[in-house]
Amino acid sequence: MDALNDILRSFRGEYNKTPVKIQVLDCFLVYAVFTGLVQVAHLLLVGSFPFNSFLAGFLSCVAFCVLTVCLRMQIDPSNADFKGMSPERAFADYVLCNGLLHLVIWNFMG
Amino acid sequence: MLSTAADRVASASRRILVAEPSTAESTKKLQRSAAANVVCGFALAGICLLAFSLRLFSVIKYESVIHEFDPYFNYRVTQFLTKEGFYNLWNWFDDRTWYPLGRVVGGTVYPGLIWTAGIIWNVLHFFNIPIHVQEVCVFTAPLFSAFCALTTYFLAKEVRNQGAGLFAALFAASVPSYISRSVAGSYDNEGVAIFALVLVFFLYVKTINTGSLAWATANALSYFYMVASWGGYSFIINLLPIHCLACIFLGRMNSKLYVAYAPFIILGTIEAASIPVVGFNAVLMSEHFGSFLAFGVLHAAMGMLYIKHILPAKTYNAAKALALSAGVAFMAVVAVLVVGYVMASPTFGWTGRSLSLLDPTYASKYIPIIASVSEHQPPAWNSYFTDVHILVLLAPLGLIACFRPMTDASLFLILYGVTAVYFSGVMVRLMLVLAPATCCLGGIAADQILNTFCKSIGPEEGSGGWVGLIKTWMDGEEPAAQSDSVSVDSRPASSSTSSAPSGRRQKSAKNKSKEAAAKEAEASPFNAFNLFGGTRDKLPRDVGIIGALFFFGMLVFYVFHCCWVSAEMYSAPSIVLQSRSPQGGVHVFDDFREAYGWLRHNTHEEAKVASWWDYGYQTTAMANRTVIVDNNTWNNTHIATVGRAMASPEHQAWQIYRDLDVKYVLVVFGGFVGYPSDDINKFLWMVRIGGGVFPDIKEPDYLGERGYTIDDKAGKAMLDCIMYKMSYYRFAEAAQMATGRYGFDRVRNTNIGVTDVSLKYFEEVYTTEHWMVRIFEVKDQPSRDVQADTTKKAKNTLKRVSPSGKNRTPPVW
Repeated sequence: MDALNDILRSFRGEYNKTPVKIQVLDCFLVYAVFTGLVQVAHLLLVGSFPFNSFLAGFLSCVAFCVLTVCLRMQIDPSNADFKGMSPERAFADYVLCNGLLHLVIWNFMG
Repeated sequence: MLSTAADRVASASRRILVAEPSTAESTKKLQRSAAANVVCGFALAGICLLAFSLRLFSVIKYESVIHEFDPYFNYRVTQFLTKEGFYNLWNWFDDRTWYPLGRVVGGTVYPGLIWTAGIIWNVLHFFNIPIHVQEVCVFTAPLFSAFCALTTYFLAKEVRNQGAGLFAALFAASVPSYISRSVAGSYDNEGVAIFALVLVFFLYVKTINTGSLAWATANALSYFYMVASWGGYSFIINLLPIHCLACIFLGRMNSKLYVAYAPFIILGTIEAASIPVVGFNAVLMSEHFGSFLAFGVLHAAMGMLYIKHILPAKTYNAAKALALSAGVAFMAVVAVLVVGYVMASPTFGWTGRSLSLLDPTYASKYIPIIASVSEHQPPAWNSYFTDVHILVLLAPLGLIACFRPMTDASLFLILYGVTAVYFSGVMVRLMLVLAPATCCLGGIAADQILNTFCKSIGPEEGSGGWVGLIKTWMDGEEPAAQSDSVSVDSRPASSSTSSAPSGRRQKSAKNKSKEAAAKEAEASPFNAFNLFGGTRDKLPRDVGIIGALFFFGMLVFYVFHCCWVSAEMYSAPSIVLQSRSPQGGVHVFDDFREAYGWLRHNTHEEAKVASWWDYGYQTTAMANRTVIVDNNTWNNTHIATVGRAMASPEHQAWQIYRDLDVKYVLVVFGGFVGYPSDDINKFLWMVRIGGGVFPDIKEPDYLGERGYTIDDKAGKAMLDCIMYKMSYYRFAEAAQMATGRYGFDRVRNTNIGVTDVSLKYFEEVYTTEHWMVRIFEVKDQPSRDVQADTTKKAKNTLKRVSPSGKNRTPPVW
């Protein structure tokens, strides 16, 4: 229990050092995860019909999370893997991928 | 202040010192690499032309006709698309097949190929180029094989370098295994699906190398095209998770892998679910569970990496222990749920076709239809050599070359090669998936071999002439590979060069990193082979020249073999047959189209035709009549009904056909000319499939004393069934006139058992010129005077069959 408190405290301390841009992205992530969980709760309570709509909605939340995490990694200055990539390029790619994602979701939602 | 000013002066002077000599050097290098790229472009154009023209043999030898059986269905769907439009295709319910059940075409067809041909046709007609749909269909596959060669170039270039890409493209353009499924006229899914497969792999590797979401978007789009084209997309959706897990467990994980894998999986799942034929299988079938598992493991690993990145070491260890225990508990719960779900289905959640790949004995035990298809059998050893020729030697070399240096991309190629080899050993049809893998691996090996030889031939780097051109072109990409290996393997080496930059040229820094990499390579265990020593050891000049000549000779043999195989083995349309007459001319057997044409013009539009399922697609496409069963084989009981009817005596068969509203029965018979793929040779499968559903059909009844024969020692049930009767009705006299022997079957090489065959419930209405297709009408009432009918027909036959001695039909085989 103590170990858990230690971990959380030190994590919170380190997290406050991350840039504000990244923390805003993390809020988006939390929002998307919450939306996904609401949809799963609806599935468990009310039923799975129509299943394609549930799949479209749930997978759109998951995919949005994944894409936002990718963007976060790409604009994080402490991440050495993406040295050559400018944040503008990362954001443009993000918008393109989201465009495709929402096109596919819109088609599948029915 | 002073120190920074001094630094600035020093760095400026350094730049001036190194600028002048290297400007001239770099422009020359730039010119040479530009020339090399132009040559590369011309080479690629030639390779695409080669790929297209190698597949045109059947159009030249026969005519521009659609081959085999499955392409006829695709052709019919494309005709519907061009007439009715894209939206109506989704809702098309086909009532001309599987009578009386029909078939929901919109939900059971993989539409990618149809869309492709439809779009090409629409574009051509938009520009007022009036090409018929059949021509578009015939030439789609060769066009896309040219695109596939291009894509293989890009894939191998992404994994290794431009030289490997060119060799891989050459191999892919001419590899016989791919030619076999993409000749002009073979309008089948694989023609475009292999292009889509290689495209998906190329874009995946590109995303891993660059880490850009734009490439990941392109990857997802190409995966959509792949899912739309072929059921083999499940190979991709299982190979990429294997690669992802391999990267994680080999410690090669980085953020670029996440960018490549995670968006692709989610987008790919939704895209796969958007295609009706896949539908909810994309999330409910076991084929896709591997991708979800790898998705979860990847997130866990990335989470751990992030925590490690953010927390100090001590807290990280405590966090790791906590996370591991929580993770194991969570995984146990998920595993119990998944196993519970999977055990509920009798096939553990896998579809029948996938299960027959994992367990090769499954199909022969439970699904005889899958087992009976000839392309689902395991390949013989020599078919590997016929289908990929020297790549049998080069691909294992390429596999070893992928280990040094190992990048994420070359690890992917290794996994692709190994899994493709396994699956090609299960089913000969999957040699097709192996072909691009062996081409890429062989390309890498060929590039290294030629690299070694050319280095031994030519003088040192930096000289002129055509040899220098080749070497620059091959070395041009190497600095990228070198720097990759530098960043991965020898970080201390780069720090040592950066610590002493003053006065050193860029070139010597590169040399230093090369030496460092070479020293690094020395320590590796692969050094014992020293096959790919590269820069260190040079062979003597003569050995280099002779070696290069031998290598080119081998390549010449390869192209020669591919041309021969394409011309002789894979260009037969199988709907038209040819044979050589003794005088040297060519005799054409066009019986199938003759029979379908007769049906089209001489029968009522709503007449139903029953035949074995092989001929269903051709009958609906060319004869335009409703059939009972066709090649889709989705309803085993319906096929078993037809099989039972073919294996029953006349009265029972007549009953079954009358119940199904059948008006005409079609059988294929090869005994007159020696065509071996006829219905008598396939008859045992009819018995097995029929007997699988109806227990009154027992296979031992149809076997005689010497096994399965049709002579006088044949089984009693065999001599009574209508397949025998319909094949050999009036045959004995015709055989006497054609071959001189009364009732001699040219395929089985025996005399038939019962020569005076009489039919009471069926009436022969048409027999083609070489007796290959025979059509019988199902009578409303049984005929009363059987003898009179037979003699009347025999008299009519005398006019049609040619007298012996002069114009005997030459045997086909």
